[in-house]
Amino acid sequence: MTLMRLELRGVTKRFDTLTANDAIDLVVEPGQIHCLLGENGAGKSTLMNLIFGLLRPDEGEMIIDGDPVWFSNSGEAVRRGIGMVHQHFMLVPVFSVAENVVLGFEPTKSFDRLDYARAREDIRRVSKEFGLEVDPDAIVEELPVGLQQRVEILKALDHDAELLILDEPTAVLTPQEIDALMAIMRSLADSGKSILFITHKLKEVKEVADVITVIRQGRVVGTAQPSDSEESLASLMVGREVILTVDKSPRDPGEDVLELRDLVVRDDRGLPAVNGVTLTVKAGEILALAGVQGNGQTELVEALAGMRPVESGTIRLRGLDITNRSPRQILDAGLGHVPEDRQRNGLVLSMSVADNLVLNTPRRAPFASRGTRNLAAVRENADTVVKNFDIRATSIGESVSSLSGGNQQKVIVARELSRPLSVFVASQPTRGLDVGSIEYVHKQIVRQRDEGIGVLIVSSELDEVLSLGDRIAVMHQGKITGVVDPGASRESIGLLMAGVVEQVAHA
Amino acid sequence: MPRASPFAPLKAWTRFTSRSPLVVTFFALLLGLAVGALVIIITTPAVLDSWRGLFHNWGAPGHALKVTFDNVGAAYRSMFTGSIVDPPQFWHSVTTGQNWSLSLTPLSETLTYATPLIIASIGVGIAFQTGIFNIGANGQAVLGGILGATVGSMIHGPTFVHLPLTLIAGIAGGMVAGAVPGVLKAYTGAHEVIVTIMFNYVIYAFLIYVLLSTSLQLPNQQNVISRSLDPSAQLAPLFGASTGLRVNWGLFVAAGVVLFAWWFLDRSSLGFDFRVTGANPNAARASGINSRVVVVMVFLVSGGLAGLAGIVQEAGTTHFIDGGFLIGSAGIGFTAITVALLGRNRPMGIVWGSLLFAALGVGGRAMQAATGIPLDLSTVIQSAIVLFVATPVLIKEIFRLRSTGGPALELATKGWGS
Repeated sequence: MTLMRLELRGVTKRFDTLTANDAIDLVVEPGQIHCLLGENGAGKSTLMNLIFGLLRPDEGEMIIDGDPVWFSNSGEAVRRGIGMVHQHFMLVPVFSVAENVVLGFEPTKSFDRLDYARAREDIRRVSKEFGLEVDPDAIVEELPVGLQQRVEILKALDHDAELLILDEPTAVLTPQEIDALMAIMRSLADSGKSILFITHKLKEVKEVADVITVIRQGRVVGTAQPSDSEESLASLMVGREVILTVDKSPRDPGEDVLELRDLVVRDDRGLPAVNGVTLTVKAGEILALAGVQGNGQTELVEALAGMRPVESGTIRLRGLDITNRSPRQILDAGLGHVPEDRQRNGLVLSMSVADNLVLNTPRRAPFASRGTRNLAAVRENADTVVKNFDIRATSIGESVSSLSGGNQQKVIVARELSRPLSVFVASQPTRGLDVGSIEYVHKQIVRQRDEGIGVLIVSSELDEVLSLGDRIAVMHQGKITGVVDPGASRESIGLLMAGVVEQVAHA
Repeated sequence: MPRASPFAPLKAWTRFTSRSPLVVTFFALLLGLAVGALVIIITTPAVLDSWRGLFHNWGAPGHALKVTFDNVGAAYRSMFTGSIVDPPQFWHSVTTGQNWSLSLTPLSETLTYATPLIIASIGVGIAFQTGIFNIGANGQAVLGGILGATVGSMIHGPTFVHLPLTLIAGIAGGMVAGAVPGVLKAYTGAHEVIVTIMFNYVIYAFLIYVLLSTSLQLPNQQNVISRSLDPSAQLAPLFGASTGLRVNWGLFVAAGVVLFAWWFLDRSSLGFDFRVTGANPNAARASGINSRVVVVMVFLVSGGLAGLAGIVQEAGTTHFIDGGFLIGSAGIGFTAITVALLGRNRPMGIVWGSLLFAALGVGGRAMQAATGIPLDLSTVIQSAIVLFVATPVLIKEIFRLRSTGGPALELATKGWGS
């Protein structure tokens, strides 16, 4: 077996004015789990795409086993022994495991016919060698997410990868699946494979890494040991001390403001994604909805916002039935909504900050009268809101696309919180934000609660759920598997997230 | 943001990048003319012969170059003098005060052609900004022309009532033709490109029917031609009929449409809904904008403007409608699509685009008369310009432009996906 040593020297990649990678130095030794730690937007994925031949560097060199080399496409990288498991799987859902694994490098018999027998045999051999049990004949889309990821890893190994790049592999997994993945990574490293593990989650890093390289704003800001404390890793990552908890007083719940009863909502494929959900949010409390992504949370929030039809059941807002009403009616009834995909559903990127701040109230006084917009009022509103919510923009006329992710999110949050609300629904409110913005958004959410608004937070970050929620509801496969207090242990919530309902006391 | 340069003259240069629409359009124009020159060279026998001579040793390179420059120069000179101004003729008028109408004819013709084009292109551009492909502007213009001709020739009255009524009938015709694909798209999801293309044919057939089988047909005629509009329903020539200058009050209608479009897109609530829908339909929905209402309204506005373009062409220039009215690819409804692209859907951009296209068309005719080079050369140049405008990357590479400052230019329309 050939072991691989990968070294990067002074690698720089620029996109226009943005320097995504700035003189990065990095060495991955054979049999080592090298962890690349950094916030979203720090330049981790850019670096991986450079290594894998999906992007070309502006400067610097990559040295594999002593040879300087850059790949011009991912095929070359694969042939040289580099395998990549993307954050979003690159599998064909309707193909079998075997078909997916051999895709692009299919073994053939005479007359160019596919040799399925050999493919299956190969997979069994590789599975056995590395302890990655998967049925070669299973259809990928029928497998749970954790197994799909295993297929990706298998695929890389089948192509004789010596260096595995795992890009945020745990984002879609349950705590139990994460544990299984960690074990697999360990055993791969023990058998001599090198692993480059990209993440922004401190716990995983401490658990599995041999070496940690922290990058911030495209630069390597330091290397760390797994034994270093989480706090010191976090402060390296963000460049300052971080408060990982949210300051908040005990809740003071009032009447029910949002009631969901036996809600059933279908997903785009026509399958029931939300399957009989009953939930209540009271005025002055934060209900946090936890769960692994893709268990119906997205569809639930879309139904609340009027973006997706409700199959059966009712949604009441302060007693008013808003089931299957139009987004306009729901907005006017006092539901504020921060969508999960902010660039797709929350903003018009090409428009100015000022216009985005009145995106769902353009006809409301004083922003317009008799069909004519009052641009002076729109600007005045923007000046005030930008100041109050600390949105960093060079001017209110600047297009939202040039703002950072955190400031884009602030625009949406500010817009929703600047109008009278009775319920505030936020889906993944801090996804991809830097720590400073996370703190700020959390503070705003708690402030709304204290003012007597009912808040529903949907998040796949357990830390966020635990620190923000006054009550925590856990969703699994379209159903609420339990509602617990924030004092509940991570393990018990993890079990609820995995659909194990027993053993957990309902709060 | 780049820091302000201490050298004031250099500051303008920092804007001179492939991200500036003006710069890209300027170079596209230049390249379009270069392509036109190339076409002249390879299609003019005299030029080709002079170059072939080099290989047979009976010509000199200087001679070949001279022939080339003469031919291309003559073509573009006649295009310029035919569409904008003939300097010696103009100077003659300035010094002697005579023959003003002759000196101003090229400019008058260009403006006459540009007038309905501006109106129709703004209609198409507003639809583009909303993410809607209105390929039916031509049919909408024709139906506007039919209704306008009916009111303009069958009803009689004083100008201050009759002319507005005629124009309103034109707008209404366009709106009706636009409402059909609009309602179909909003309520059944039928794709507007298919429906508008097909509806064009329906309207052409209706035009022939109307002109053959109804009392709109010019009486005692077998020809496919309508009655003439009453003088009280016509847009009179600006400088009186005696000068022969065809530029008419329609120019002011077009100016009004430009002002309306600016207000509508930048100031009106409905225009804001349109722009939000065009830029991000998902966010539009989430913000409570009713996409059905927007789709129907877009087609009413866009169709109404196309109808107005039809009746302005009729009331200002032809004074009747016939079987050849706007038919075929030369119809303003189709040219409007290209002009809207060229003008990036902005009102002033469309004005310049329309003037350019009108000048190339009018100048092409003068060139054909003067040099025998076919009018089609204008179409080649127009097409090449739009092609280059649509590929800023090409411009950037050819002219080695920098690409800093501001977002990359996007094509002014989105894909066909609904």
